[in-house]
Amino acid sequence: MTDLPPYPPLDPTTFDLIIVGTGVPSSILAAAASSSGSSSVLHLDPNPFYGSHFASLSLPDLTSFLNSNSLSPPPHPSNTHDFLLSVDLVNRSLYSVEISTFEPDILGQHSRTFSVDLCGPRAVFCADESINLMLKSGSNNYVELKSVDASFVGDSSGELRNVPDSRGAIFKDKGLTLLEKNQLMKFFKLVQTHLASSLTEHDETAVKVSEEDMESPFVEFLSKMRLPPKIKLYNSPSELLFLYQMSLQMIRLLILVCRIILYGIALLDHDQDNKETCGHVLKTKEGIDRLALYITSIGRFSNALGALMYPIYGQGELPQAFCRRAAVKGCIYVLRMPVTSLLLDKASVRLASGQEIFSQKLVLDQCVTVGLESLSPLTDQQKETIRVLVPNEISSKEKIARGICIIRGSVRADISNALVVYPPKSLFPEQLTAVRVLQLGNGLAVCPSDMHVLYFSTVCDNDDQGKAALLSAMSTLIREQVPENLQTDSIVENDTAVTKPVVLWRALYVQELVKGEFGGDISSTSSPDGNLNYNEIVESTVKLYEQLMGSGELFKEETSQENTAEEDDGDDVIED
Amino acid sequence: MHGRPRKAYKPEEEAASAAKAVKLRSLQNQFMSNHHAKIYTKEAIDLSTKLLEINPEAYTAWNYRKLAVEDTLSREESNPDLVKSILDEELKVVESALRQNFKSYGAWHHRKWVLRKGHSSVGNELRLLDKFQTLDSRNFHAWNYRRFVVELTNRSKEDELKYTEDMISKDFSNYSAWHNRSVLLSSLLAKAEGFMPNEKIPDEYKLVHDAIFTDEDDQSGWFYHLWLLDQTVNVETPLLTSSWPSHGSCINLSGGAGCLKDSSSSKLTTLCSDLGSFPLILYFDQAVGGVSSSTVTVDSELRGNEDLVWEPVSNKNSQVSSVWVAHLKFMSSEPCFPKEYTVKVRIGNSPGIVSSRGCNFSTPYEFVFTAHVHDTVREDSQEVVVSWTDGFDIWDAQSKDLNFLVNLDQQMGLKWRQEAIEEEIELFRALSDSKIGKLTLARLLMAKAMISENGVKGVHYEEILELYNDLMVLDSSHYHYYKDEHSVASLHKVTSSTESLSRHLFRYRDMNNSVCLRLNNLSLSRIASVEKLLFVQMLDLSHNELHSTEGLEAMQLLSCLNLSHNRIRSFSALDSLRHLKQLRVLDVSHNNIGEHSVDTTRYLCSSPLSNSEWTEDEVGRQMTSLVTKYWDAYFVLRDLNLKQLDIAGNMIAGDEFYTLVPQVVPTLVWLNGHRVRS
Repeated sequence: MTDLPPYPPLDPTTFDLIIVGTGVPSSILAAAASSSGSSSVLHLDPNPFYGSHFASLSLPDLTSFLNSNSLSPPPHPSNTHDFLLSVDLVNRSLYSVEISTFEPDILGQHSRTFSVDLCGPRAVFCADESINLMLKSGSNNYVELKSVDASFVGDSSGELRNVPDSRGAIFKDKGLTLLEKNQLMKFFKLVQTHLASSLTEHDETAVKVSEEDMESPFVEFLSKMRLPPKIKLYNSPSELLFLYQMSLQMIRLLILVCRIILYGIALLDHDQDNKETCGHVLKTKEGIDRLALYITSIGRFSNALGALMYPIYGQGELPQAFCRRAAVKGCIYVLRMPVTSLLLDKASVRLASGQEIFSQKLVLDQCVTVGLESLSPLTDQQKETIRVLVPNEISSKEKIARGICIIRGSVRADISNALVVYPPKSLFPEQLTAVRVLQLGNGLAVCPSDMHVLYFSTVCDNDDQGKAALLSAMSTLIREQVPENLQTDSIVENDTAVTKPVVLWRALYVQELVKGEFGGDISSTSSPDGNLNYNEIVESTVKLYEQLMGSGELFKEETSQENTAEEDDGDDVIED
Repeated sequence: MHGRPRKAYKPEEEAASAAKAVKLRSLQNQFMSNHHAKIYTKEAIDLSTKLLEINPEAYTAWNYRKLAVEDTLSREESNPDLVKSILDEELKVVESALRQNFKSYGAWHHRKWVLRKGHSSVGNELRLLDKFQTLDSRNFHAWNYRRFVVELTNRSKEDELKYTEDMISKDFSNYSAWHNRSVLLSSLLAKAEGFMPNEKIPDEYKLVHDAIFTDEDDQSGWFYHLWLLDQTVNVETPLLTSSWPSHGSCINLSGGAGCLKDSSSSKLTTLCSDLGSFPLILYFDQAVGGVSSSTVTVDSELRGNEDLVWEPVSNKNSQVSSVWVAHLKFMSSEPCFPKEYTVKVRIGNSPGIVSSRGCNFSTPYEFVFTAHVHDTVREDSQEVVVSWTDGFDIWDAQSKDLNFLVNLDQQMGLKWRQEAIEEEIELFRALSDSKIGKLTLARLLMAKAMISENGVKGVHYEEILELYNDLMVLDSSHYHYYKDEHSVASLHKVTSSTESLSRHLFRYRDMNNSVCLRLNNLSLSRIASVEKLLFVQMLDLSHNELHSTEGLEAMQLLSCLNLSHNRIRSFSALDSLRHLKQLRVLDVSHNNIGEHSVDTTRYLCSSPLSNSEWTEDEVGRQMTSLVTKYWDAYFVLRDLNLKQLDIAGNMIAGDEFYTLVPQVVPTLVWLNGHRVRS
């Protein structure tokens, strides 16, 4: 990158807001700030592409990005500090990476036809706030989404169970018992009535979930829902047998329906049954919100069948769409432009080109940080200004293990785009967190037609734990290339092994979790999190925007000016 | 198509609709004048097309087009191309009308009419229907028409069954699809080619379970389940449920009004008849016709019974009934010697007994009983008042005694039915929190009771009764239905075993130890299980909540009936008693007869307006005003040969009414406990 021709100097040199990094939070901020009409915004990115850690890249670019971000930052030559006091900025490593290529020839032919996400597995719910923001801002004009065909809950046996996520799906499901169907649907209905009653505040009779329940752990609430129906006792053996069968059913229900609700629909990470190991016990209120999101997602757009959608050409399209919107609204973009140091008397920066740009407020990408050695000469007040850039060792205890596999074939012959969830303990007894897998195919223009891209992720405390969980999920879904000389013997392999798709390329990387912070003049944005959707990222971005701009709503004027999208048609958003 | 709120019109819309109305009215006037003048020119027909495009509901216009088509066809019959083009034009008009409103009866009917002409291709019809049924999958017009087209095209029923399955799996809240499925299955099961009920019905249960358990608030599945339950419990072919006398029983017969003094209590039923005959009762599980001396043969040495007359015990003009009766003479012109006669009855040896749905009685059945004919003892007829308070002996009936009386049902002991019901009960216990869940469980338990062998343990009548009690509290708007079902279950419980029945059985000393069944104070609102009570001669139903005597008509031996302290509101509600030729004593005191000036049951039976025969008889001429006033009492009492009537404690009771009663019932001796002066 260094041999690229130097940029002409930027003009003007003063902005209301400088944003460094083009990830999803930064792009939303840029689009929102530009659209507000009152701010001039400069949006910079050191990379030659949009999206930062949220980008979708070709295989070689992905490999080099992961590798360059996994190395320890090179010791920066300490600049001589001039009269404008400044600190040098360094990139912190987010990843520890392991990449294996099994069929380099085949991948070499197609390497540019891949569009692989850095932050996968990731999909959006139709009713997500990110979709709302896209519709509000008008950035939906720059991206097309397609619905994810199916979701499954898997286990170590390799069996994939459909997640019955709607009335029709429950009716048709062959795996659930009648009682499970009944309980699941009842539960959906409860969530729906709860949802309806929360929309119409004054209707007090309709509220079904008590305040007390709302604060209790979600898993306890779920077990309360499954109380066996009142059975009268009769002293005949057949009645006792019946009771016994009922209780057996209830135990089955506990395992199955609960798993479906907790991990297949609410998409939780941690084992909710085990409070000691569970990193995060979900409250009923949050659980119901998650189910509500799922339920309202189904059928929001007439041409999206399920709850989930995925952007054609990859997740990197989303930040890019917001950036395009921002550009239309007057935001100035400069890619391939690293920021080398921070000028401390104002929220201003020195670019790699040497030019100094001034602004009132600065928002930096999460991987931009300050070299520890440059902190020592600073005054306490200056330290406070750059507080958000100092790596905080304690806060980032949790990590995310991610995996990408390019496979030939599909994990399910009949389905191309699907989500698979492995709840805690479903793969092996020590599995602490859920593993999510997203398979995407050629229909989304992310890979060649005979292949699929599989994304894996799980939340973990350390690299080994996370990688073990991912490798276990991988081995149940796909098989590694068998060397030529052994292949003849493998004919006797059992059926499931033969039908498993073959992995062509694999990347395993563990990503640090960095939370964005508001720091007055200088703020930072979040790294990709462990969730499937962008809800937490959008939430923190909205909060950051409010603090930065002192105004409540994003894209407020947009909606009043142009009627962006008709929900029922949804044609603007999703391709048929 | 469903659940769309009606929007109020805006002023400009209102103006537009007013303008449209003016246009439509002038169009309509023009059309009507064409219609009246029988003008069938092209312009006139086009006018009707225009009218129908705006308003597909204009039925007259459809009929006009039919006339116009007929008119052209009569002239152009020889030109098949022209005929086809005319009919195709009609189909096109219907299609555009349906686009306007595809719930238009007239349009659908017109289409059927055109297709019945047989000149149009039917191939397009299913395609058109698919289009309509995708738009509104529940539209019953489309489903109705679909059945019509399927019949025309000879499309296989199996294919249609598959179609309903597809529609149901798209959205199982589609009652039309479920309904069509039941129609198709009915005919497939009736044909019984590869569709055996014992295999197919359990599969259907599985399908409907998915719907009911997924969403128990959706009623379409429940309706289908009810239909399936009916298919499981009821057999198409009619069956003989019971008879009197029953197989292997002995009866004592004696002529004359006064009766046997020495009739021992071990002899079971003693019948004294001044008519010199006794009834032979056949009780079928459904209404049948064709019971006659050719379909039922009676072999005995009792003379004079060569051409028995079988009568349906139901409304006069109906020739089908589940109860049939013939009167066997035991004292014909020649006196019979006291002796034992064996009577053999064979039913169904020759075909002819057919259910109202057209199914043949196919299982021949035979029963034999013995009749002891005793000397007629002529005594002075004692005109004693029958008291319901004393004179009763506890009848310590042995179960073997009763087994003679209560005929064992001739069960279709089909195992799969019992197993299916058993499985349903197990499943639906889990849904018994909801009203429909409770009701279904109660129905299932009742079905189990109905198809279990008599005396089989494990029928939880208590549970059924409790379920209906719960339902009466939970769902007060259907209280009366639950109450009736509760009564049916109570009576089933009473008649379910010899032990429980004998608790209610007594002997009445003063009347030859007549068999008396006391079912008082059971809060019954409906009569049931009558087929098991055919032997009863005295019946005490006092202190219940009965509204009507419907069902009692089968109890041909009944001579005394106590209905006091019930909720009978009119004499019309006693109409079924007219079939009881032996009835002598009737107590209807303390009811609500005459309380309601408007009696809804009046509309169900013949009224004086449609019937002028009363003006021709003696009483009718003499007491015209009273008969007109109390016409319903008159019609019922006229046909009863009562000796004793108690009617005090009713609104109708009063001097005016009391003057009428002895005139209408000349045999009456006791009225409200007082001897009638004659």
